[in-house]
Amino acid sequence: MAEMNRGSRPLSPHLSIYRPQLTSISSILVRITGNALIVGALLVVWWLLAAATSPEYFAFVDGLLTSVFGKLVMLGSIWALWYHTLGGVRHLIWDNARGLDLDSAYKLGWAVVYGSGLLTLLTIVIL
Amino acid sequence: MRFITDRKRALGMGSAKSGTEHFWEMKVSSVALLILIPLFVFTFGSVVGESHDVVVAYFAKPFPALITGLTLIVGFAHFKSGATVLIEDYVHGTAQKLLIISVTCLSYLAMATGLFALAKLAF
Repeated sequence: MAEMNRGSRPLSPHLSIYRPQLTSISSILVRITGNALIVGALLVVWWLLAAATSPEYFAFVDGLLTSVFGKLVMLGSIWALWYHTLGGVRHLIWDNARGLDLDSAYKLGWAVVYGSGLLTLLTIVIL
Repeated sequence: MRFITDRKRALGMGSAKSGTEHFWEMKVSSVALLILIPLFVFTFGSVVGESHDVVVAYFAKPFPALITGLTLIVGFAHFKSGATVLIEDYVHGTAQKLLIISVTCLSYLAMATGLFALAKLAF
């Protein structure tokens, strides 16, 4: 009976005893970047609201966004955005049961890591 | 002695209470964002730091206004669903319910605020 073993069954591996690997780290980063993007997204909404309110309020928020601190947040958000986008593409590929073998999973992992860096650099150059 | 069977005890306790709706919702919104995000980055990015007049005139044009509006709607809906899963994985009980309600409110509030600002800029 299942009753006998309730509560004492082994749990799935926890982060503290699980050796970090490219596959696990690149997956966790998709979640972290996706949720952290709320900071940049709220700043963009604030910037739009300021632009719609008055030139003075806009100057204040736009100044905040283009300050050293604001630029750091925006740079981090751009990287997070590209990382999350490429990580999402990887999931769209995986959803079709393709690229799930270890070799392909590692290649896709490195593609997300290097690709996000490359796209961030490209964005900085273009903008 | 309990006469309830293992099957009866387990019935309805599975994680997949609503099938694949959430999976499909994320898949559809992610494909939409795959198109919208690059367009948004380069429309929004081209006017950050510009003067107020330039910004107002820019968002009065159809293309930047539509891209921004669609990105706000799809982006915050995608965030709402994604952040809900994050909460479901790590927080349980009443705190889970309260956090999911908060995240849902925040997502729609940000979406509505952005759309209101955009409408004011565009018209």
